[in-house]
Amino acid sequence: MELFNPNTNFNFMGWRRVSLTVSCVLMVLAAITIFVRGLDYGLDFTGGVLVEVTYEKPIDVADVRSALTTGGMPKALVQSLGSTQEYAIRITPEKGEATEGVDASQDKVSHDKVSANIKAALSKDRPDVVLKPSVFVGPQVGEELRTDGLIAVVFVIIGIAVYLWIRFEWRFAVAAVASEIHDALITVGLFALTGREFDLTSLAAVLSVVGYSINDKIVVFDRVRELFRSSRKADPEEVLNRSINSTMSRTIMTGLTTALAVGTLFFFGGPTLENFGLIMLMGIFIGILSSIFFANPILLWLGVSKKDLMPVTRDNPELARRP
Amino acid sequence: MNDFPRWKYALVVFALTVGFLYSLPNVFRPQPAVQISANRGSEVDEALKTTVKGYLDAAEVTSDRIEIANDRLLVRLPKSDDQGDVMNRVADIIKTGLANDNRGDGYVIALNLASTVPGWLRAIGANSMPLGLDLQGGVHFLMQVDDKEVFEKQQQRYIEDIRAVLRNKDIRYQSVGRGPQGIIVQLRSSADREAAAGVITVSAPELNVENGTVVGEAYTLVANLKPEEITRISQNTIKQNVSTLRNRINALGVSEPIIVQQGLNRIVVELAGVQDTADAKTKLGATATLEYRAVDESANPIEAERTGQVAPDSRLYKMRDGRPIVLKKKVIATGDELVDASSAPDPQTGSPAVSVVLNESGGRKMLDFTTQNVGKRMGVVYIERTPEVKIVNGEEVRSTKVTEEVINAATVNGVFGKRFQTTGIGSAKEASDLALFLRSGSLAAPVDIVSERVIGPSQGQDNIQKGVFATILALVLVIVFVAFYYKVFGLIADLALILNLVLLVAILSMFQATLTLPGIAGIVLTLGMAIDANVLICERIREELRNGSTPLAAIRGGYDKAWATIFDANLTHLIAALGLMTFGSGPLRGFAITLTIGILTSMFTSVTITRALISLVYSGRRLKHVSV
Repeated sequence: MELFNPNTNFNFMGWRRVSLTVSCVLMVLAAITIFVRGLDYGLDFTGGVLVEVTYEKPIDVADVRSALTTGGMPKALVQSLGSTQEYAIRITPEKGEATEGVDASQDKVSHDKVSANIKAALSKDRPDVVLKPSVFVGPQVGEELRTDGLIAVVFVIIGIAVYLWIRFEWRFAVAAVASEIHDALITVGLFALTGREFDLTSLAAVLSVVGYSINDKIVVFDRVRELFRSSRKADPEEVLNRSINSTMSRTIMTGLTTALAVGTLFFFGGPTLENFGLIMLMGIFIGILSSIFFANPILLWLGVSKKDLMPVTRDNPELARRP
Repeated sequence: MNDFPRWKYALVVFALTVGFLYSLPNVFRPQPAVQISANRGSEVDEALKTTVKGYLDAAEVTSDRIEIANDRLLVRLPKSDDQGDVMNRVADIIKTGLANDNRGDGYVIALNLASTVPGWLRAIGANSMPLGLDLQGGVHFLMQVDDKEVFEKQQQRYIEDIRAVLRNKDIRYQSVGRGPQGIIVQLRSSADREAAAGVITVSAPELNVENGTVVGEAYTLVANLKPEEITRISQNTIKQNVSTLRNRINALGVSEPIIVQQGLNRIVVELAGVQDTADAKTKLGATATLEYRAVDESANPIEAERTGQVAPDSRLYKMRDGRPIVLKKKVIATGDELVDASSAPDPQTGSPAVSVVLNESGGRKMLDFTTQNVGKRMGVVYIERTPEVKIVNGEEVRSTKVTEEVINAATVNGVFGKRFQTTGIGSAKEASDLALFLRSGSLAAPVDIVSERVIGPSQGQDNIQKGVFATILALVLVIVFVAFYYKVFGLIADLALILNLVLLVAILSMFQATLTLPGIAGIVLTLGMAIDANVLICERIREELRNGSTPLAAIRGGYDKAWATIFDANLTHLIAALGLMTFGSGPLRGFAITLTIGILTSMFTSVTITRALISLVYSGRRLKHVSV
C-alpha cells in the first residue's frame, strides 16, 4: 500500500524566503512567550513543599485559600485534585521572604514545619482534614537541577554539531543546530501557552524532541549528500528539493509511528507522563516542518555545493609534478 | 538470496536466546511477603520457622509458603487486592507473638515483595527489574552531608599538635590559631619562622605550610590541609555516613533499601513501602559516640551476668557477639576526643590492625592511663542515641533510646599517648569495620535532608498499571500500522520490534536497572522510533523497485543504502541520550539509560534481525515479486 505519490516534486526551496521568515517570526514569538508569560516551573525546579490534603466533607477552594491566608501563608497555591474533597497545596519559598518554617537567610526549608503549619491552619476551622504524603525539594536542589538541565541541553547541541561537522560538513552542522534551537524554542513556547507545569520529565521530553528532530534532519541530509555525489549536474536547489521529496514518505511514516507511541503516553500514561507525551507530540510535528522549511533553506542559504561533499581524493603527487 | 553469513545467524540466535531468558523473570509478578531477619544475638532457624507457623495457624492466616533464604525467614502470602493490609496484619501477628515470647528485640520484621522467579532462572543470574519508588510507593530522601564540622575538628587538632611540637622543639611562638586562610602561626623572627615551618612539615606532612605576611614584629605561617587530604577526609566522611545510615535503616526493618552516594556530598536514601517520613527521619537522625573504659579485671563477667551484681565503680556491658564484659565506670577518653581511625596492617607483624589518633587532651589522659596499666585490657563502648516518639494517652512523648555495646576490648601492650594501634583483630575486614565504627562514633558529619518525596502505595500501583497499558497499546498500534502499510516486510519489522522490546528488557534486567515511570516513557519512545530504521529500509527497497531493480537487487540495495542513514541517525540520537545520562540526575537518568540501550538494541533488531528473517523468507526462491 502506498499513501504517498512517489513522484511528488514540490518546490519547497522556492518558498524558502517565506518559510524562513515564518520560522524566524515563530521563534521570536516563542521566545517572547517564554520570557513574558514564563514557564510554570514544577516543584522539581523551584523547590518548596507540596502537600495533598483530603477533607471528609466537601469544601470550596476559596475556603481552603482563606484558611491558609489566615494561617500566614497567603502565597500558597491551592489546586483541586478533581473533587471538592482533595486539594494539592504548594508552597514555594521566595528569596528574602521569611515565612514560618522557611529560613530565607540560610536558604533552608523545614519540610516538617511547613506541613505542620498547613495542618494547623486548615484544621482550625475544619478538623476533618487529613494531610497525605508530600513532596519537598530544597531550593538549592531545584536550582542545581535547572543548571544540570541547561548543561545537558547545551552538551547535546554541541555534541551533535561536532558529529555532523565531522561526518558531513560545517554547513550541515550549522543548519542542524539552528533548527534544533528552533524546534526546542517553539516547542517550549507552545508548552508555555498550555499553562502546564514544566518539570523534570518535561525537560526530558524537550531533549527527546531535539533527538527526534535531528534524526529527521539527518535522513534528509544523507540524501542531499548522496544526490550531490551521484548527480553530474547538481543544482543545489534542485538537489535539496529532490531530497526532501524522496524522503517525504519516510518522514511522515516515522512521524506517525512515533506519534502513535508517545500519543498513548499523553492519553493513557497518567499525570506524570502526560506532559512528556504532549511535548513529544508537539515536537514531532514541529520537527518535521522544520526539516523541510527551516533546515534545508538554511543549508541552501549557506551555499552548500557539490564540491564540498565529494569524498576527499588524495592528490597524486606524481600527477602534480607533471607540467 | 543467501548472502547472510552463517555466523550472523548464530549471533542472532544467541542474542535472542539470552534475551528471552533474561527478560523472562519480569513476567513473574512479586508476591507479598513478610520478612524476618535476626538482630544481634538471635538466629533464623527451623525452630523460628515452626514458631512463626504456630502464630499464623493460631490467627488462622493462610500463607503460601514459609522459607529460609539468605539468613532471613520469608512468609509468602497469597496475592490479593488488599495485600497491603494483609501484610501489615501478618507482620503485627508475628511481632506480637515474638514480643509475648520475650524475643521481640531479637528480630526485625519488614514487609517485602518477594520474587517469584523460579530457581533455575535465578541460578543463571536472571532476575526481574527492581521497581522504582514511583511504581511501588515509598519514601525518597536526598541528604546533604555537612562536612564543615569535620574539618573544623581536624583543624583544631592540628592547632594543638603544632603548639605541642613547637613547645617540644623550644621554638617560641606568639600564637597559633584559626584564620580565614587556614591555621595561622605567628612567630617573632624570620629564623623562628623557618625553623617552625621545618618542624611542622615533618610532624604533619599532610599540611601545606606557606609564609604569610609580616605585620610589624609578627612573622606568620599559614598552614592548610593538602587538597588530596581534603578529598580523602570528605570521601571518608560520606562513606562513613552512608554506612551509618545503612546500619540504622537495617534496624528500621525496610527490605532492600537503597542508600547511595550522589555527587560529592549527597546521599540518596530510598525506602520502599515506608509511608511515615517522620518516624524514618528520627531513626535516621540518631547520633553515636564512643567511650574508652578500663576493663574490670577483678570481676567475672559470666558470674556478673548471672547474678547481675558488679562492683559499685563498674558496670556490666555486652560485647557485639553477646558475651558479657565488665568495665570500669570511669571514662578514659570519649569519641569527641577521637580524631581519626583507620585500618592498616601492623607494620611489624603484618596482621590486621586499627590505628587511632586522639587529640591532645585525649592523648594526655590516655598516656596517664597506659603508664599505669600496661598488660591490662581496655574496652571501647559504642553508644547510639535514637530519638523516639511514642503516643501515650494521646500525648506525644519524646524519649531517647540508648543502645550501648562494647565493640572491642584489647590488652594494653605499652605506654602510648594520642597515637596508638589496636591489634589482635581477626581479619582485615573486621579491622576496617572497627575503624568505621570508631569513626562513626566520633566524627559523623551532620546530614540535612534537602529533598523528600513520598509516593503512596496505591499511587505506585496506578502508575505501573497505566505505564504498562500505555506500552502495550503503543506496541499494538505501531505493529498494526506497520503491518498494514508494508505487508510482509512490515510483519518482519513488527517481529523485530517485539524482539527489540524483549532484548531491551533483558539488558535492563541484567544490569538490574531500576524501572521508573520516566524509564517506561523511554521504552515507549524507543518502540516508536525503532521502527524508523525499517521504514528507511522499506522505502529504499520501494525506490529501488521503482527504478527497475530486480527484487533481490532491490532488497540488497535497500539495505545497503539505508544503512549509512540509519547509522548517522542513531548515532546522533545516541549523543542526545548520552547527554541526558551524563548531566541529568534522578528521573532523567532512568529515562536516558532506557533510551540509550533502546537505541543500541534497535540498531541490532531492525537491521540485523530483519535481514536474517528476510533471508530466511526469500532464500532459495526465484523472486518475481517482493511484498513491501
